Amino acid sequence: MYNGGKIIIGLIIFVGLVTFPFIFHGDKATAKPDPKVDTAEILKLPENERKCVESKEFMKREHMKLLNEWRDQVVRDGDTIYTNAEGKTFTISLQNTCMKCHSNKSKFCDECHNYAAVKPYCWDCHIAPKEKQS
Amino acid sequence: MSVNRRDFLKIVSMSTILSIGGVASVSSLKNQAEASQVSKSPAALTAKRWAMVVDMSKFTSEADYQRCIDACHRAHNVPHITDNPKHEIKWLWTETFEHAFPGNEDAYRAEKFQEMPFLMLCNHCENPPCVRVCPTQATFKRKSDGIVMMDMHRCIGCRFCMAGCPYGARSFNYKNPRPFIDQSKENPEFPTRMKGVVEKCTLCYERLAKGLQPACVEASNGALIFGDIEDPKSEVRKILSERFTIRRKTELGTGPSVYYII
Repeated sequence: MYNGGKIIIGLIIFVGLVTFPFIFHGDKATAKPDPKVDTAEILKLPENERKCVESKEFMKREHMKLLNEWRDQVVRDGDTIYTNAEGKTFTISLQNTCMKCHSNKSKFCDECHNYAAVKPYCWDCHIAPKEKQS
Repeated sequence: MSVNRRDFLKIVSMSTILSIGGVASVSSLKNQAEASQVSKSPAALTAKRWAMVVDMSKFTSEADYQRCIDACHRAHNVPHITDNPKHEIKWLWTETFEHAFPGNEDAYRAEKFQEMPFLMLCNHCENPPCVRVCPTQATFKRKSDGIVMMDMHRCIGCRFCMAGCPYGARSFNYKNPRPFIDQSKENPEFPTRMKGVVEKCTLCYERLAKGLQPACVEASNGALIFGDIEDPKSEVRKILSERFTIRRKTELGTGPSVYYII
């Protein structure tokens, strides 16, 4: 083998670099996201009214689609009232309805979004609720 | 081995029934949202086409203009940028007669009218050139009430609309507007804008949806009159039938909806 020594040293460096994150970090997984829904506004509601506009499962999976539809319905069609399957009505507004209950953006929105490395651009314009530093 | 006609029909019909059942169970979550619906707020103010009358005789001091401008700019978190006049953002502003109504200059007109500031806003044209040139339909004419709206989610900042608008009613965010909004006067119920989008007066669509008059009208003490121009019984129509009014650059065929009583 020509230049065998160099190649082997190169290979060792390469393998070292590639496996560095695994060796350094071990098999510890990043903590699973745990979005909090225990804001003062939500806890103030009576137990049986602590419900989002749709079921928890639906909101978990489809909130981005719902928000996307909502913004078009409000801005483009001027439809500002959402009536869910149970017949309850809500004013469609991220800033004034969603975030009034979920006033903990960093523990509710960012918790999962950071974990999943998604960067929705909502907050470039919409004003996030002021959170108390704790 | 051949399948006879009877068995074939059995297999086909059974598999059809099974697949329908499968689809139904998969889409049960989806149905939850489909059972929901959206509607207009019953409290909302509605019109076929909104219009505004600016009664210049009721603007007597600088403060009268400023009160309206401040009400608008505070309600919509409009940044106050002063370091570069090209970066200025304005929804409601003042202009001299010769700039507002070019082609109507008259050397012998009373000085009062030559120098008087006129309150300017988006004219919410009947035939808006900004809408025609927008490549993404970020600016569009609302069918229900004729408001020329901005959908900030879609604006790509190409500024065609600014070139198209003959009234200079549009401002471009050359920089992030947030540092230029006074935190203590910020309206937490309305979004700001981001760098790279065009903004303008939206005739307070968010207030109309709640049943409120536009912010400037509310602050004007009756100097601004707002109403449905297609309703013969509206106050706007009453004024237009009694008083002499002018509009800006009607010769362009845009059909502005803002009328001025001089």
